[in-house]
Amino acid sequence: MGFNGSESPGDLRTGVRTLEPTAAIALKIAVVGPLGVGKSTLVRSVSEISPLTTEETMSRQSVPIDALGPSSTKTHTTVAMDFGRITVSERIVLYLFGTPGQERFWFLWDGLVDGALGAVVIVDVRRLAESFDVLDRLERRGCAFIVAANGFPGSPIYRPEELREALDLPAAVPVVNFDARDRESSRSVLVSLAEYLLAAARRPGGVG
Amino acid sequence: MTRRHGRDVGSSADDAQDTGPERIYVLTGGRGGPHARTRLDLVTLVVAVGKPWQSSAVSAAIREHRRLFPEHLAIIRYCRRPLSVVEISAHLRLPFSATAVLIEDLLEAELVRTRAAVMPVVPDPELIEEVLRGLQRL
Repeated sequence: MGFNGSESPGDLRTGVRTLEPTAAIALKIAVVGPLGVGKSTLVRSVSEISPLTTEETMSRQSVPIDALGPSSTKTHTTVAMDFGRITVSERIVLYLFGTPGQERFWFLWDGLVDGALGAVVIVDVRRLAESFDVLDRLERRGCAFIVAANGFPGSPIYRPEELREALDLPAAVPVVNFDARDRESSRSVLVSLAEYLLAAARRPGGVG
Repeated sequence: MTRRHGRDVGSSADDAQDTGPERIYVLTGGRGGPHARTRLDLVTLVVAVGKPWQSSAVSAAIREHRRLFPEHLAIIRYCRRPLSVVEISAHLRLPFSATAVLIEDLLEAELVRTRAAVMPVVPDPELIEEVLRGLQRL
């Protein structure tokens, strides 16, 4: 089969772009927000690999998985999640997960937010109310987040203070305007998140 | 190498178009995952031990352990260098939970090992600083 242990990161045979051999720490960042707000666009803008999709088949939590055989007539829901990757240093790699914000998908991203470094909440200023539930949920789970308003063509631009007030956010939570299609702009959102997390980690008591 | 085979690994893994419950049930033997034994996370990094993609190591593993499916062999080949569980799941076109079960088989057979990948409860400022510097350099 001719496998020779080639060290090329983009393996021609498998088509899989593996990590550097020194990669040791993988961190998750959740990118959340309502459908069509630009989650996948942000991930695509900054990812070093073509974004990938993972699917999970879900059944009702009240039904034990073991009881479901291949002939089960139970309906399964398939939930897809896009993700991308950024190698930030020899040992650290960031994974960005674009996660549906709708209530029926929360059981999926609860497992994601668990152990995530932090989250980027993308909002559309024309439909801010759709983001209230996501913000509540992250606050309750103690997941640090920043808010990034994706500028759609023709949509009004509000100052961060106006958005913070409209979303009823604590003063410490960064709010930024950005364009998810633009790599530099999307990168700056992640920089803002990291700066916020760093400030919180250095402060006794953490994010709050 | 033809274009058709360009992305191919464990041929039947990638050729299988069926991602329905039946394929998953066969691969996992109906075992539910993840977190059964190893608490694999979406971003746990998996790397092959030694050079198990060499046929002698794999056939020894097949002798000693349960039958290995093409998907198991594909994972071993992917993981000559580190790769996260979720990326393996995407490349195999299998759900995360089923992928975790297959990786657990390989962990048991000592063909792969994992690298701690989960964020500590209290974020370490030095770690975040390294992330920040890396993002600023992009």
